[in-house]
Order: sequence, then structure tokens, then C-alpha cells
Amino acid sequence: MSLTARVAPPRYLPGQALHAEWTKFRTVAGPAWLLAGVVTLTVAIGAAAASAAQCQSATCGIDPATVSFTGIYPAQAVAAVAGVLAIGNEYSTGMIKLSLTAMPRRLTWFFAKATVLTAPALTASALAVAGAALAGRLILPGHGFTRAHGYASLTAATDFRAAAGTVLYLTLIALLSLGLAAAIRDSAAAIGLVLGVLYLFPLAAAVISNPTLARHLNQIGPLPAGLDAQATIGVHSLPLTPWQGLGVVALWTAGALLLGALVLIIRDV
Amino acid sequence: MTTETVTPNRSPLTPERESFWHLVHSEWTKFRTVRGWVIAVLVTIVAITAFVFAAIGVGRSCVGPGGPSACPAQPTGPGGEPVQDAFYFAHQPVTGNGTITVQVTSLTGQVAVPQAGSESDGPPVGPGMPPWSKAGIIIKQNTSQGSAYGAMMVTGSHGVRMQWDYVNDTPGLAGGVSASAPRWLRLVRDGATITGYDSADGTHWTPVGTAVLPELTSTVQVGLFVAAPGEGNSTTATGVFRHIWLSWPAAGWKGTNVGGVGQNFVSVPGTLRQSVGTLTMTGSGDISPAVGSTYSGGGQSLQRALAGTFFGLIPLIVVAAMFITAEYRRGLIRVSLTAAPRRGRLLAAKAVVIGAVGFVAGLVAAILALAVGTPLLRRAGGLQWPVPLLTEARMVVGTAALLALAAVLALAIGTIVRRSAPAVAIVIVVILVPYLLAFNPVPGSQGSGNGAGPAWPLQITPAAALSVQQAVPRFYQLNDSYSLQNGYYPLGPWVGLAVECAWAAAALTLAYYVLRRRDA
Repeated sequence: MSLTARVAPPRYLPGQALHAEWTKFRTVAGPAWLLAGVVTLTVAIGAAAASAAQCQSATCGIDPATVSFTGIYPAQAVAAVAGVLAIGNEYSTGMIKLSLTAMPRRLTWFFAKATVLTAPALTASALAVAGAALAGRLILPGHGFTRAHGYASLTAATDFRAAAGTVLYLTLIALLSLGLAAAIRDSAAAIGLVLGVLYLFPLAAAVISNPTLARHLNQIGPLPAGLDAQATIGVHSLPLTPWQGLGVVALWTAGALLLGALVLIIRDV
Repeated sequence: MTTETVTPNRSPLTPERESFWHLVHSEWTKFRTVRGWVIAVLVTIVAITAFVFAAIGVGRSCVGPGGPSACPAQPTGPGGEPVQDAFYFAHQPVTGNGTITVQVTSLTGQVAVPQAGSESDGPPVGPGMPPWSKAGIIIKQNTSQGSAYGAMMVTGSHGVRMQWDYVNDTPGLAGGVSASAPRWLRLVRDGATITGYDSADGTHWTPVGTAVLPELTSTVQVGLFVAAPGEGNSTTATGVFRHIWLSWPAAGWKGTNVGGVGQNFVSVPGTLRQSVGTLTMTGSGDISPAVGSTYSGGGQSLQRALAGTFFGLIPLIVVAAMFITAEYRRGLIRVSLTAAPRRGRLLAAKAVVIGAVGFVAGLVAAILALAVGTPLLRRAGGLQWPVPLLTEARMVVGTAALLALAAVLALAIGTIVRRSAPAVAIVIVVILVPYLLAFNPVPGSQGSGNGAGPAWPLQITPAAALSVQQAVPRFYQLNDSYSLQNGYYPLGPWVGLAVECAWAAAALTLAYYVLRRRDA
């Protein structure tokens, strides 16, 4: 009689990986708080900016979508923290060793991780943008953003593009952060790098003296390029068209995810 | 039988271990022995210094209506500062010491009136007056732009003023001028000293100010002038002068458009009408320092050399937050608190160490940046506002303090949230995002291209401290857009730093409170 136990060969179905990662995601409090923070910051700051905005004449040239979505500036940092911690926490707690033991196919694990972040991030971004757009719609007409000053209703196609673009932008930033965190492996350094990539391009464009170089910085930086998708007026004067801008962000995100995946495959944990 | 009292064995603290500086020393040892942190601080210094090369462009470029264009020439004043010097001047040469006295009975103006769709017969004008319209008397070295002068004048809405050498301004009698309330003005030249007097009745004179103009030669131009600042190209001021009296031999007035016609916002030549006892002059332009939008140098000032501060802040903030969050992550905090049970002192020692690191890094970086930036700016050509040594010292020390306070803020936030990523994100957002919101760099958004955002982000957030880097002063006597684009911050340099200081102090207090209350 043979004593050899028969062990079923492990199966690494993407569905199982997704389920495992989703369980991890929903059973800790951090991600939920962070995504709630994205919504709160976007809506609160958007409402505050809308209350402060004034359009006195038809030539005031203020973009109502940009005003409503001002909260994106700080809120994307919260989305970035959520993205960084999705991977960073695995490394800082040593959980990564367990995760990869259970799921030796690293890429499967990595893309399960990314997918599990995408769905809640997309939901939170949609809620945030819907709230900010609603606040803007309620507040802005009382501050001179009326039909008489050339502002059509918020349901126009450009407004939809601005809202959808902003939702996609926030989600892409969370994924960009996840990719860079996988490449850097340290939460503090990774969040520093992500926020540097986000904020330093527009800051550099603001302070350098060469207007051509500044325009290029606004084209290649993920933040200014992504915010081009928000524009509803003066679109022709933007450095990039709205969808091109979102494409630039998507390229950054793809690059970061690729880098993260490469580092994950090549390096020991 | 007696019960023996057992006292726990406690090794006595040596005076050395008791001392705060011992704690600082041990925290410093913790800091300097982590190679990554030292490298990050070096990156801070290198980033600030290296960004100078990107921030300062080679060659000036001015943005005209059709994109970048050549910068128009700008005169410089006696102090080397860029100035505006375009006005209508009725003058005669005089030699030696003497006095000029005049009564001004009226100052009126014409400004462009915004009107839709009538550009055919020139811009429409209507009555109106810029607050700093000027009419008065002036003693000026010669009629070339930028030469030394001393002047007494009535203004549109700032009363009587004495101004000299473009940057100096002293108030005299308040209130407007009219036929029923005329203003008497007097300038007395005594060698290099010019003293201005004003009077409401021509009898009782009050000294307003004294200007020392070492550049003045024996023969100077003395006379009457009018100026009206305004971009409309059609802004003019008209002054009516009576009882003109010179102690020098009179030679008759000659009218000159100083600075020429067709530039310096002067499109119409000035006029001079003389009738019995009355002289009426109309002119435009301004005599003032050239800053902000009136400075055509493409906005290159010395503070551009410190633009890399944003880049340097990020690695410093990461390190400062990790200085405490790494202790929590590795459990070292329990060892630290066992060795130094007084938690407040541990936090204070950490703050001293990280603050000192930030200060020294900022000091070295700012000195290097200005040392590199000054010759670069000079090579880039064009005029820059001359920055006094004291201002330069303020920019350097202020930048060092800005970095030190940012580091302390990051340490405090790190103590409160105990996690690296949120702490780093919070501090980066409160320092970097306000500048972005105030600058609003996204073209085509708010403010149709000039991009001026709201001022509050740079007034109430820690980013207010960036005002210590402002190199060019504000001038009360020049109405201009003192905007972030032109290098102006909404708060004064030390006030801005105080705002950041208040944030750091508040965060440190909260950190002290939670560190004492919580279990490690």
C-alpha cells in the first residue's frame, strides 16, 4: 500500500486570483477610507471652487468644468495613495511572500491586483465626478455661468466628455501608482515618485521661462495632459486635444504597469 | 518578622543620558547611518541646483500677440532697475541752484471706454482718470529715459506726492485738485539735494520730502510734466498750471515727449497750450519702476533661480516622514521609547535633527542655485531687477527655513498617521498643490490664458512660505498686476514663512499629543 498522498495539481485560474485579491481588498479598512476620501475631496473642493468662481460677462473665459473639477488636484493624490498601498502594503508587511507562494504565477497575481483596484477606483471616481458635476450645476448658474454668458447646459456632449475624461483620469492615476509601487517596492519612495510625476510637470512648466518648453512639459506630463480632457471651452488652444491628453495618461499608466510587472518577474521578492 | 520591601532595580540615569543633546545625537546617528536617506537629501540639493539650468532660458523671450516675440527695449534708472520713463515734458535748461513754484488748478483725464464693435474710427475715449495720473513739476538730469529726477505732483486719486528716481514716493497733501482747492507745488535744488514742498494757499509751505540725486550735473532740465499710465493707448491726462515761477532766468518752455511717441503706451503726442498766466498740458505715459506687466524683460528675475525648490521638497518630505514612520514599520519605535521614555523629548529631538537637515540642505542648495543662477541670468541677457544683498540673503535663509519647516511638518504628520504613504502624500499636496491652484497653469482654463488663479491657496496653506523667494518688490505707486505669473506672492516674505511655521507648530503639537496618548 502506497503512502504517497495524492495532491491535486494547483490550478491558477485568473478567477481564483481575482477572488483572492478581492477578499484581501474588501477586508481591510484602508482602501475604502481612501476611496471615500477621493469622493469627499473632489466634491468638497469642487463645490468650494464653484462658490468662489464669478463670471461677470460673456468674455470671462472661465471653464465651468475645470472649476467644478478643481478637487481633482488634491484628490488624485489620495487615489495615488490607494494605488501605492495596494502593492506597498504587501511589501511592508511581508505579505508578498505568502501571496506569491499561494500564487506563483506572478503576472497573474499582478494583474488580479490591478483589476481589483480598477473596479472600486472607477466606481469611486464616477461618484466623485458625479458629485462634483452636480455641485457645479447647482452652484455655478448663480455665479454668472448662465446661458446668457454662453454656457449651455451641463448635459452637452463636451460636458459629458469632461466628466468621463476625469473619471478615467483618476482611475488611470491609481493604476499608474500601482505600477510604480511594484517597481519601487517602498511605499514612501513610491508615493514621492508618483506625486513628483504628477505635480512637477505643471510646476516646472509654470516656472520656466521658455514658453515652447513649457508647452511640451504640459503635453508630456500626465497631470496637465489628463486635465486637457476636462476642458469644455477654448479646446483649440490646448496643447493637446482632450482624448490625446487622456491617451498620454494611458501611456504613462501602461509604462508604469509594464515596469512594475518586469521588476516583479525579474527580481526576488 | 519583617517584610522586606523589594525595590525594583533601576540603573541610575547618567547625566549624559539625561541630556537632551544626547538624544539629539542618537537621532542624528539614526539619520546619517541610513544611506538612502542621506542620498535623498543630496538629491534635494542637486535637484534645486540643477533646475536652475532649465528655469533660466537663454535669451529673453517676450510673449506678444502672435506668440513669442522680441522684447522691446526698456530704460534703466539710476539704481540699474528697469523703469518706465515716458511722459510729456515742458522744460528749459537751468544751471545751478534755484527754485520752481507752480499752482495746479486742474487734473482731468481721458481713458478708453470698452465698447463693442466700433473700432473703425480709433478706440473710443471718455472722461476718466487712472489713480496714478500725474501733473506737476520736475527737475531732471536731461530728457533721456532713465535719467535722475525729483518731482512734486498732484495725482488722480492719491493726493500730492513727491517722487524721485522712479522707486521713491512720499505723500504730501491729501485730496484731489480743483479750481476751488488748488495745490501749490515747489521744488528747491541745492546741489545734489532736491526738496519738495506743498501748500494749499501758496503762503504756508510744508516740506514733503528730500531727494539726494548725486547724478545731477550743474545744468539740468526743469519744468512741468503730465503722465497718465494706462494700456489703452488712449489714456491721457490734462493738467492746468498757473503762477509758474522760476528763480532761474526764464528761457521759454519747450515741449518734449520723453521716450518718444508710438511706444511705451504713448500713441498720441502731448500738447502744450499757453495763454496769459495759464499753461495747459496733455500727455500720457508714466514715470515709475517697471515691474510686472510693465516690465518687458520676459519676467526673468533672480527668484527663478530658486524654482527648483519644488523638486527638492519631494525627496526631503519623503525622508522626513520616514524618519518616524520607518520606526513604526520596523517596530524600532518601541526601542526608541524604551531608551527615551519621555516621548515629547524624543519627538523634539527628531524635529531638531530633521529640521537642521532640511535647513542645511536648503541653505547649501539656495546658495548654489543663486551662485549658478546669477551668471546664467546675466548671460541670458536683458534687464533684471537689481536684487540687494539683503534681499538675496533673505531668499537664501528663507528657502532654508522653508525646507526645514516642510521637513518638520512631514515628521509631525508622519507621527500622527504613522504610515509613510499617507504622510508623504498629505505634505506634498499641502505644499505643491496650492501653487498649482494659484497659478492655474492649464491653458484655456480660468482667466482666459493669463491663468491667474485665486490667491487664497498661497495665503492659508504651508505653500505661503514660497513668498520668501520673491525677489522684486511691490510698488505702491504703480498699479499693476502683481500676479504669481509676474513673480509676486500674495503675502509678504516673512508673513508667508510664519504661515508655514504655524502649520508646522500646530502639526507638531498634535503629534506630541497623540504620541503621548497612544500606545506605541
